[in-house]
Amino acid sequence: MSAEPTILEMRAITKEFPGVKALADVSLTVKANEIHAICGENGAGKSTLMKVLSGVYPYGSYTGEIVFQGEVVRFKDINASEHAGIVIIHQELALIPGLSITENIFLGNEPAERGVINWRTAKRLAIELLARVGLDEDPDTLIRNIGVGKQQLVEIAKALSKQVKLLILDEPTAALNAADSQHLLDLIVGLRSKGIASIMISHKLDELERVADSITILRDGRLVETLDKVVDGVNEDRIIRGMVGRSLENRFPDHTPNIGEVFFEVKDWTVEHPQVAERLVCKGSSFTVRRGEIVGFAGLMGAGRTELAMSVFGRSYGNYVRGTIVKDGRAIQVRDVSEAIDHGLAYVSEDRKVLGLNLLDDIKRSVVSAKLTRISHGQRIDKSQEHAIAERYRASLRIKTPSVDEGLSKLSGGNQQKVVLAKWMFTEPDLLILDEPTRGIDVGAKYEIYGIIQQLADQGKGVIVISSELPELLGISDRIYTIFEGQITSEVAAADATPEALMRTMTSTKKKTQDR
Amino acid sequence: MTTKFSDIKKMFGGGTSNARQFGMIFTLVGIILLFQVLTHGLTLDPVNLIAIVSQFSYILILAIGMVMVIILGNIDLSVGSVAAVAGIVVATAMKNYSLPWGLAVILGLLVGAAIGAWQGFWTAYVGVPAFIVTLAGMLLFRGMNQFIGNANTIPVPEGFRVIGAGYLPEVGPNTGYNNLTLLLGVLLAIIVVIRELRLRKTQREMGSEMAPGWVSVVKVTVLVVVVVYVAFLFAGGRVGTSFPISGLILVALVVVYSFIMNNMIFGRHIYAVGGNRLAAQLSGVKSKRVHFLVMMNMSILAALAGMIFVARSAASGPQDGLNWELDAIAACFIGGAAVAGGSGTIVGSIVGGLVMGVLKNGLQLLGVGADRVQMITGLVLLIAVGIDVYNKMQGKPSLIGFMTKRFEKGEEVNGPPGPVQAAS
Repeated sequence: MSAEPTILEMRAITKEFPGVKALADVSLTVKANEIHAICGENGAGKSTLMKVLSGVYPYGSYTGEIVFQGEVVRFKDINASEHAGIVIIHQELALIPGLSITENIFLGNEPAERGVINWRTAKRLAIELLARVGLDEDPDTLIRNIGVGKQQLVEIAKALSKQVKLLILDEPTAALNAADSQHLLDLIVGLRSKGIASIMISHKLDELERVADSITILRDGRLVETLDKVVDGVNEDRIIRGMVGRSLENRFPDHTPNIGEVFFEVKDWTVEHPQVAERLVCKGSSFTVRRGEIVGFAGLMGAGRTELAMSVFGRSYGNYVRGTIVKDGRAIQVRDVSEAIDHGLAYVSEDRKVLGLNLLDDIKRSVVSAKLTRISHGQRIDKSQEHAIAERYRASLRIKTPSVDEGLSKLSGGNQQKVVLAKWMFTEPDLLILDEPTRGIDVGAKYEIYGIIQQLADQGKGVIVISSELPELLGISDRIYTIFEGQITSEVAAADATPEALMRTMTSTKKKTQDR
Repeated sequence: MTTKFSDIKKMFGGGTSNARQFGMIFTLVGIILLFQVLTHGLTLDPVNLIAIVSQFSYILILAIGMVMVIILGNIDLSVGSVAAVAGIVVATAMKNYSLPWGLAVILGLLVGAAIGAWQGFWTAYVGVPAFIVTLAGMLLFRGMNQFIGNANTIPVPEGFRVIGAGYLPEVGPNTGYNNLTLLLGVLLAIIVVIRELRLRKTQREMGSEMAPGWVSVVKVTVLVVVVVYVAFLFAGGRVGTSFPISGLILVALVVVYSFIMNNMIFGRHIYAVGGNRLAAQLSGVKSKRVHFLVMMNMSILAALAGMIFVARSAASGPQDGLNWELDAIAACFIGGAAVAGGSGTIVGSIVGGLVMGVLKNGLQLLGVGADRVQMITGLVLLIAVGIDVYNKMQGKPSLIGFMTKRFEKGEEVNGPPGPVQAAS
């Protein structure tokens, strides 16, 4: 290794949440003058590690030691870490749209004398900072009037105004187009030459290959390895192996699929972002589902999986541009959610609490809520039938609760997920789309959910499972599509798929055969 | 003794929402008894009771619509002005165009529906927050009342006054009581018994947890005694008075709207949209339509309340309905509705409104001035919602559950170990 001085050392960091070990004994060394990338699947512990570093999780809530510029530091909050020169730029930008560039740069850090802001100084400094990040904008421009790429630069200018020594970027290019990404990466490289080190979390492996000096790979909250560009020779294959290299244990119920003919087909599905016109979130996607088949949609967060699923489910996301849905050989119109339900579609959201359930409700009312007409005489709800149906699902899905009158807020995540599944099973769908069906639930409940998914397929329904966990998809699916940047990039039978090949098509549009 | 508090709670129906109203009913009974003592029996005097009902029935009718709006997570500030417009239109139509009073009532409801459609359109389909739409409506329709009526007071004919100031007629033998009111009480008592029998039957069929038989017996006995007692009170007022017509309208509306909210798809959709709009939309609920209809319904009820008020005061004037929205909103929040939407009940709001009504009435009987009555009502609202918010932060049920919670705790500490119960 080179003899460059280290700027940061995190030693044996362990962070536990109730019931989960998010980080176990992770160490990280960042040299001054380097760009250090952190890779890993969703939930590997990347963000948690950065939150420990930046003081979001204060000293005392984790074990281990942080040494920054040769001193042991104990940050009690994010202000303390910023004071030391560590600035984190989150994926969701923390700028205020209604304020100007200058106002945002100096927010919370205003050049002031006795509480009175000196706007002249602020503006002069802002102009300097904007020049340093290469942003050619009037500092009085409102943030809402500039694009995401430029907003990212303002964030960096803001960091520079705080005398940053170590910059942390969480997925900085996730929302940027190619040109903006290039500019941003050039800027980070430029900062390195001026003595500002960066830690960069990214899923875009080709970018990391280009700019990172070393790469730390995390998996399941543990350190896998740290690769040095010069010594180890970093390439995508090597990173992917580190990210997914875990064995598939016996985590799935045995299942012999009984697959019928194609009954559901989506062709050339193209959807615009709901706010940003002309930004396509689905670009001409086509896919098919057979009866009795479990189809996996693999893609990293933000790849457009949820957008695709929700827009197919009654256009509940984005603006429809074009595309057709064919079910049982006939083109069908699915213009809103109730039409989707009537056509036998069901969508179980990845966000149980925000999109899936009304947590103020109780179990029995939730179970029937997507198809009240099934238990109603005219407009009147038959409450004893409602109770009986809820009881039936409680027994068949083994929802652990003293009574179906119990409020949802009292149930565990796994049991809430079963209630959502029951709610959509009750609509008697032909096609179920399950978006991250096992997120945030424990291993035992996952096994049960997999069993339910397989039962549904055995009843002749088509099931689409969206997941960012490759082992899960490989274990449960019969066939897998990969999605990257709104496009379907590959289709492969699960038996022929390898995590490495999937990860490759999940992180680039380059279509490669998996046995090249 | 194997009494468990959860058994006693079942006297009030058993479900979670009913348990929420339990504490409020307690409070109401407590306030009534308190003022009964303080006023040396004046509070439960028939004349006073009848006055309370006819004085507050229109506010309670507003509270029915308002709690639905609040469950949706909205607020309606325009109800007082809408009531005033409906009142002046109806009064003008009867005076200037000699419209028969029956048709005039229908006209008033249509005015309410039209105004409701207007406000519902802006709220649901344009997306302007209901607070703004109805604030605008408050100004707009207040002005419209004065524009139509030239800021004058317009009297209404005798027949029309029945809906606000009318009583059940005297029929049958002279018993010293109003016979129809007594009959009504007996009917209500029979309904109470039948409902309890049917409840037990369905519970047995569904195999759900049932309260012991003695609980049902005590519950029914207490309710029947209360119903009959109240019937005698209302029937025993001055000759020619009885349970007011406006009170009957109120009771009918409470029954109908409670059924809608508890047993019909539309009511379910209101709770669903108010509890989690996005989840409701993804379950196929047309949330815009729900918003529209609830806003429209509110204005129809406001028009009805306005007409009842006009009938009671025998004339429609420019100051009718002033600040009604505040009373209606306060009734809902005292009655356990949540500001964020998703929870609240019709019966709870009615009880909340009655708490305010009895409080105001009792203070007036004690000779407390209007200034201090307002101050006290304001504090009651603040404290009621304050307890609500505090309990939510502690993860406990709202105000309504507050007292039950305390009792349950006491039971755990002091009470004998109860029989094995599935309920936690």
